[in-house]
Amino acid sequence: MGLAEHLPTLLAVSSELAPARSQMAFTLGFHIILAAMGVAFPAMMLIANYIGLRRNDGDALRLAERWSKVAAVLFAVGAVTGTVLSFEFGLLWPEFMARFGDVFGILFAIEGIFFFTEAIFLAIYIYGWKRLSGWAHFWTGVPVVVAGIGGAYSVVAANSWMNRPGGFELASDGSVKSLDLWKVIFNGAVPYEVPHMILAAYLVTGFLIASVYAVGMLRGRRDRHHRLGLLIPLTVACILAPIQFAVGDTAARAIADHQPVKFAAMECVRKTDTHVTEYIYGVCTDDGVKGGLGIPGFDSFLVGFSTDTKVTGLDSVPASDRPPFNTMLHWCFDTMVGIGTAMIALGLWLAWAWWRRRDIPSTPWFLRAVAVSGVAAIAALECGWIVTEVGRQPWIVQGVMRTEDAVTGASGVWVTFAAALGIYAVLGTATVLILRTMSRRWREAGEGEVEVPYGPSEPEPPAVEAS
Amino acid sequence: MSTADAVAGVLWIGATLYAVFGGADFGAGLWTLLSGTSERGRRARGLVDWAIGPVWEANHVWLIFVLVVLWTSFPDAFASVMSTLFIPLSLAALGIVLRGSGFAFHKQARRLRYRRFAEHLFDVSSLLTPFFMGTVVGAIASGEVPVGNAAGDPVSSWTGAAPLITGALFVATGAYLSAVFLVSDARRAGDQDLERYFAARALGAAVVAGAIAIAGLAIYHADARYVYDGLVGDALPLVIVSVVCGAGVLAILWRGGRRGARPLAIGAVVAVIWGWGVAQHPYLLPKSLTISQGAAGQPTLEATLIVFAIAVVVVLPSLGFLYTLTQRSVLEEGDSAHRHPTGSG
Repeated sequence: MGLAEHLPTLLAVSSELAPARSQMAFTLGFHIILAAMGVAFPAMMLIANYIGLRRNDGDALRLAERWSKVAAVLFAVGAVTGTVLSFEFGLLWPEFMARFGDVFGILFAIEGIFFFTEAIFLAIYIYGWKRLSGWAHFWTGVPVVVAGIGGAYSVVAANSWMNRPGGFELASDGSVKSLDLWKVIFNGAVPYEVPHMILAAYLVTGFLIASVYAVGMLRGRRDRHHRLGLLIPLTVACILAPIQFAVGDTAARAIADHQPVKFAAMECVRKTDTHVTEYIYGVCTDDGVKGGLGIPGFDSFLVGFSTDTKVTGLDSVPASDRPPFNTMLHWCFDTMVGIGTAMIALGLWLAWAWWRRRDIPSTPWFLRAVAVSGVAAIAALECGWIVTEVGRQPWIVQGVMRTEDAVTGASGVWVTFAAALGIYAVLGTATVLILRTMSRRWREAGEGEVEVPYGPSEPEPPAVEAS
Repeated sequence: MSTADAVAGVLWIGATLYAVFGGADFGAGLWTLLSGTSERGRRARGLVDWAIGPVWEANHVWLIFVLVVLWTSFPDAFASVMSTLFIPLSLAALGIVLRGSGFAFHKQARRLRYRRFAEHLFDVSSLLTPFFMGTVVGAIASGEVPVGNAAGDPVSSWTGAAPLITGALFVATGAYLSAVFLVSDARRAGDQDLERYFAARALGAAVVAGAIAIAGLAIYHADARYVYDGLVGDALPLVIVSVVCGAGVLAILWRGGRRGARPLAIGAVVAVIWGWGVAQHPYLLPKSLTISQGAAGQPTLEATLIVFAIAVVVVLPSLGFLYTLTQRSVLEEGDSAHRHPTGSG
């Protein structure tokens, strides 16, 4: 009994805020990759399916079938990491949920419907490969794509609400009164944050799939199967990359407007001023940016299309209201924008070659660039997410509730954080190993030999097997 | 009935679905854990693999459903439970992660070197989740969860006799449910030997679960008096229904019959869950938070009911469609036997 009594004391290491934030950041940063592919992979699969049916193209149909099975594995892993997040809302942030669960929680209820619909229709689609005729089968895939986008809307809208809370009033004791759920569901940050994330999901998925086939082609597998597997997702991603750039630019200006301190941290703006210099990288210090490439007046220009535009600085609020890790935030923002720009360049390269010769660029450097683009897209995704989340600190609900006031009073979060690190490392490794095994088996043995979650060809009941 | 009561009813429907289907799923893990290395045990594992694979994801969704409805409509109760019972809930979540990974990987992992390791992991995780979920329910029932952020004791709140016996009851009930389900699955697969195998285990689990339930009542009398009084008061008819259903299952299995065992077993579990709900009504957290005190504002409650109605309209027909497709494929599985010579091997 001695241990049971002392355990809480042993586990209590000052505040749980640091481990709670680390665990949330880590598990969410892991889940966001799977979520992105859960949103966009079904679309790639359906495009391949459409091409296959339209042109009676066996290669495209085979790609669609394989992609549906990869999507199923990723979706199942994402369901696990997503469930962990719903536990974490309560385990890590009970005060946040106690106060605002009834305000923004409904978005997750809506997400639940989309998630369930997506899971069911993904299963129907996978079963349908052998049980439904061509176009009927194609149409069972459409709800998967629609539900993926709907689910992304619901979850990202909840995050948007944390950035631009609205739709409620606080009573004098801090409790919520007079709720307007429409203003929660369609809150102010939705118009830029939701499209930015959905496009990010399509970019990550597109470049990641393309990068797998680019590696295959670099290893000498230059058949039509690989060309199509590269071209379909790469074309989608390259078309969306410039659109994403415009949406991101709009988002940055909206943030400068509505979360000026977050914007100041992203851009390392110390003092509120006009003619503010735009710094590319560099170290943020109290005396301004050290190093980095400075473009005078350009930050003001980006915010208001004129160098006379006044940009709010970090010192407009007390130090306790500023986000931490300024330099990291700034570097994350610049890295995201840099990768986004490189993606557009890759798209132009492809478009040029296609216009001249109806083919992908012949140099292996193009394939090498595509091979890197998948990992780069994930890096951009993570950077963007860090900018959104760390940039909002010290608030969990911008201007309304501080993260330190939301955290659990339970002790032992550093134990669960350590466990999460270990388990997710195994989970990530296992996912990659399983996908590689599937791909090898496809190369060696063809379609029938791969079984996936949600899919048919379960092991036979023992009696059938014995007979 | 107030809107809050209606939403609490929706919450209970979700909890019931999770307890029945999730419970049976986790219970199956106990049987594979105990199946040993004999040829018969190997076939038993194969049957479990075959039977629960297609339904697992649905079980998972009921849990998310319960969590979301709880935090949306009864946020104070959610926050109080999740913070005071941080330790058992973290362990339950660990079980869910391991079990979920098993679902994601098992079809591939069947051919990998680490298969045995993965199976053991899955089996042990099948014990973690129901046991710790049971301690959570027992802690709530015995009034150990006050309102507030980690306001209850982080350890003693769930290590008392009532939470522990409830955890044991959850494990035994899951094992019982899944054994009864597996009897039917074995018959569907045409394996009479496994039918007898799981019938014997269903009987054993029923006796153990019954004994734990009786011991649990005595403990609740001492430690969870409010719920005990409810169980022998307003909820008594439901308790009787549960006992009758349970006895019916015993009688059927004892006589070597099969028909009706499954619905009766489900009935026994459902009656207990609703009995619990009636027993602690009007409290969400007995003696510290009632349903109306803990309820969110009216717009949120109404929105939750609307979303639930939409879910029923959208999800049920899709599930029906999927079920038809999968049943069709199961029927055609026989001719695919040569395509998968390694099967569940």
